[in-house]
Amino acid sequence: MAQLSTIGQEKSWRDRILSGLRSVSPIYVVLILLLIGIGTQNPVFLEPSGILNLLRRAAPLMILTAGQLFVIVSGGFDLSVGSIMSLTVIGASLLINNDPTNAWWVILVLFGIGIVAGLINGALVSYLKVPSLIATLGMLLALRGAGLYWTGGAPRGYLTDNFRAFGRGWLEPVPWVERFPYAVIVLIVVSAILIYLFHYTNLGRQLLAVGDNPRAAKLAGIQVEKMRIVAFAVSAVTAVIAGILQGGFGGVNPDAGDGYELQAISAAVLGGAVLLGGRGSVPAAIAGALALEALFTLLNLLGLPKPLRDAVQGLIIIGAVAYAAFSGRRSR
Amino acid sequence: MLNKNKKRSWLVLLALVALIFGLVACGGSDTEEPAGDDTAAEDTAVEEPAAEEPAVEEPVAAGLESDAAEVKSEFFSQEQYDRSMRQMTLTAEGPEGEPWLQYLEAEFVDTSEFAKDGPYTFCFSNAGVNNPWRVVGYNTMLAEVDLHPEIEEFIHVDAEGSDEKQISDIADLVAGGNCDVLIVSPNTTAALTPAVEQACEVLPVIVFDRGVFTDCPVSFVQPIGGYAFGEAGARYIIDNCGDDCNVLALRILPGVDVLEERWASAKLAFEGAGNINVIGVEFGDGDNAKVKSIVTDYLDRFGQIDAVWMDAGATAVAALEAFEDAGQPYPIIVGEDQQDFLVKWQENGLSGIAPTFPTFQWRTPIIAGLRIMNGEELPAVWRLPQPIITNDNLDQYVQPNMPPLHYAMCGCEGMPDFPGRWGGE
Repeated sequence: MAQLSTIGQEKSWRDRILSGLRSVSPIYVVLILLLIGIGTQNPVFLEPSGILNLLRRAAPLMILTAGQLFVIVSGGFDLSVGSIMSLTVIGASLLINNDPTNAWWVILVLFGIGIVAGLINGALVSYLKVPSLIATLGMLLALRGAGLYWTGGAPRGYLTDNFRAFGRGWLEPVPWVERFPYAVIVLIVVSAILIYLFHYTNLGRQLLAVGDNPRAAKLAGIQVEKMRIVAFAVSAVTAVIAGILQGGFGGVNPDAGDGYELQAISAAVLGGAVLLGGRGSVPAAIAGALALEALFTLLNLLGLPKPLRDAVQGLIIIGAVAYAAFSGRRSR
Repeated sequence: MLNKNKKRSWLVLLALVALIFGLVACGGSDTEEPAGDDTAAEDTAVEEPAAEEPAVEEPVAAGLESDAAEVKSEFFSQEQYDRSMRQMTLTAEGPEGEPWLQYLEAEFVDTSEFAKDGPYTFCFSNAGVNNPWRVVGYNTMLAEVDLHPEIEEFIHVDAEGSDEKQISDIADLVAGGNCDVLIVSPNTTAALTPAVEQACEVLPVIVFDRGVFTDCPVSFVQPIGGYAFGEAGARYIIDNCGDDCNVLALRILPGVDVLEERWASAKLAFEGAGNINVIGVEFGDGDNAKVKSIVTDYLDRFGQIDAVWMDAGATAVAALEAFEDAGQPYPIIVGEDQQDFLVKWQENGLSGIAPTFPTFQWRTPIIAGLRIMNGEELPAVWRLPQPIITNDNLDQYVQPNMPPLHYAMCGCEGMPDFPGRWGGE
């Protein structure tokens, strides 16, 4: 505490390196360790094509997590994203109706549905003061029910190849890696936009302020309600993108997004975001999502039986989140 | 404080490193295990596969020795296995071309004590409408009800996959006193047995789809069963794959009797074959993306997969797409009668087979209920035939106008509102 000043004056090179390392979010270290673990199991995975495959597979979760982070730093949760993803896949199969020329306007409609869902989430939380956990849980159930009702329980059409290309196709030929998944391009573009919005515009700072202390933020002239609505809208849009990628990768599946909401929240927290808001970083959250996916891959490669896999996964997530929460509290 | 904090963060990181490397070490030791001796007797016990010469540098498959491959004894009945195998060789009795009316090895019971004048109220306690197979089946059942004007009212109660809800659903239906017949598709076998027994004391009960541990229902309707399903796919692979065949087995999840039976018989068949090397047994949760990822990983690890066995076909297309995306030739594939798979199979001229758990079985309980109301005799165990789709008869089951998750074996083509009711055009 008081000793801080004495350390600050004459830093040895060793201290400087250590503190430099300390300012790097631990998620990157965990991620690298996981990748090394995967590499020792099967070097194929660390070749460029292997890495691209991992990124392609992880892209939906990474994008979803980046969006979820906007909500988390503003002090909320968005549990509705998984069902928005599923609804995107079901809706696409229904609306495209096996005609590739429909794909483009269908994508616009899907974004429209997503944005409306996000705005409703935000309005419920901001103006009706419904806790976000409850508001988005309600939205989850409502959208799941709507999807079931709309389709009568089973999707009605195939997803056309042009729609699926985003999640499944490649740009080729590309020098060095031969073929480059479109999903990874989408990932890079969306990540860049979200990183810009969060770290290089006022939006990010205002969201952090809202999550840290809504009252103070309000007194400072931030439009707290509007900020929250924006956060939910961003999250919903990323859910639609994730749904399009996931549907493209796996094909028609009525529960394509099941469980993704919790994975996205875990991944954001793995990346150092503090639940209940006020702290978080988009790149670290994205790295958290990749680490989670790498963990799944590693546990798969190790051939651990499923129950043990689940247990190990749970322990690692709890451990990392506990660490992040702990170090977060200390450094405030 | 800075020091303390620093120490702590490094400690936690160290712990994570240790954990990860510990895991890697554990997994590594698996691959160094000797393949076991080849003198394993060929009997029904759980034994090693015929993995002969694992090359040192190649990853050795956990295959049939992995935990996912284990068949627990409560899920294997030699008697039922033998019955299934026998019945697959028999020709069903009953009207030609209407398999939902056909039966195998039936013993008829007299139902004159239940005879009653119409109109009737039929009640149905349904385990759930929570997957495409059940959606198709339920639509088929509703269409069957529409065929019989003497059924004035059809009360459907959806248990949404919950034992507790279904137990109280059944109690409510019985207590309500309106039902003339109760049809039950049990969520799980043991949990629903007492509820069914209590209902049997009050009114005629028909159980179908999954079973219960009591013979109190007037009739139990079920196709030949899981053993025959699993065996058919495994046998096709064994017969068509040639020497030294790498097989990946994909299962949905452990602990469900019909699925365990499918795997148990496939495993028996693979163990008895000399040409099969099961490189992995994995659970894919019926999730397309997960299955595709698993298959992609196995293709990366082993380079070549000759055949994919599945305990249910819903994700067969996802498995095939993993081969497409990896630029590999299609494997021999075991799917089911879902349209998306049949279309893919036909378009690409695959070497495939589709055992079925036919959805036409949803018609039979309604027909059985009417027979009881008329006091006619009917089979106590109504064992329905279980058709298999092969390369030879594939064309007659492909229906491009039907949705991708429609099951071809619904026996619903001539029914009211076909195909719209089932989502077709």
